[in-house]
Amino acid sequence: MADWNFPKGELMAGKKGLVMGVANQNSIAWGIAQQLAAQGAEMAFTYQGEALERRVRPLIESIGMDTMISADVTNDDEMDAAFATLKDKYGKLDFVVHAIAFAGKDELKGSMVHNTTREGFARAMDISVFSFIDVCRRASDMMEEGGSIVNLTYLGSERVIPSYNVMGVAKAGLEAATRYAARDLGKQGVRVNAISAGPMRTLALMGIKGSKGLMSAGKEMSLLGEDTKMEGVAGSALYLLSPIGQSITGEVLHVDAGFHVVGVPEPSEG
Amino acid sequence: MADVIERVKKIVVERLEVEADKVVEAATFQEDLGADSLDLVELVMAFEEEFAIEIPDEVQEQINSVGDAVKFITERV
Repeated sequence: MADWNFPKGELMAGKKGLVMGVANQNSIAWGIAQQLAAQGAEMAFTYQGEALERRVRPLIESIGMDTMISADVTNDDEMDAAFATLKDKYGKLDFVVHAIAFAGKDELKGSMVHNTTREGFARAMDISVFSFIDVCRRASDMMEEGGSIVNLTYLGSERVIPSYNVMGVAKAGLEAATRYAARDLGKQGVRVNAISAGPMRTLALMGIKGSKGLMSAGKEMSLLGEDTKMEGVAGSALYLLSPIGQSITGEVLHVDAGFHVVGVPEPSEG
Repeated sequence: MADVIERVKKIVVERLEVEADKVVEAATFQEDLGADSLDLVELVMAFEEEFAIEIPDEVQEQINSVGDAVKFITERV
């Protein structure tokens, strides 16, 4: 497992939350969960299917958690059951981490115009965008004392990135949904934000053709000249989900070593 | 070469939780060792980290057996 170092404290003491989208030990959602646990949060985790359950269970047990709920975000009955379980377990909810997205492998390469099918588009939008809207509705019903919701997005929503294609279209939708959800839930004291992380070595990244080039470009062209660090992404999630992030809502926070502000990279030296 | 084989085998045994004596060069990850598609991606990532190499997408699709992995890695390290 990667050698991450998450600061301990009590920023999330007494807070209960839901983390959706841990796939394995490299997942961004897993880094975030560890950081939140190190600050005292208690969390339930959703998973989809046996292949992911057996990867996730040992991880969450390693941080002293045990609540795993099966949830296929495309299935209303399963989502009803998942949130009923959550309500029985916690009663109220303070935070949600939504780290779920999907696009078909054949659509994550080459031409967006030529490779995007009606079915593929609908599926990408359903899993990557509607699921977030749906979770905002369900979770906010359990946030009577306010709360905070965070999702994960990527620069491919704003700029053209090789192979990202329909996923970029979906992430643009997700960021717009973040702003509208922030409006709808604001008066209730629920903050809604997105984290736009630089490329990281996750299972999700490996599904994108040429993804290793995204990693090296991210490092070489970024202002800090380094890979996006898990501690930075997880720390940003902690900030947005804890009281120190108060007054922040409807925001897309870039955590990518400054890559997103570069127009033309500096000529290489020598 | 021998060193590569041993390191590859160790990774496969740990990741797929299979008996060491089943991890022979002819063994295919999916049919013989019971790997699913996520396991395959995780194996490739583990090989990349262990040997500090990059395995391109086209090559990744052709690595179906322990021997395939050993052959590619030996050419690169």
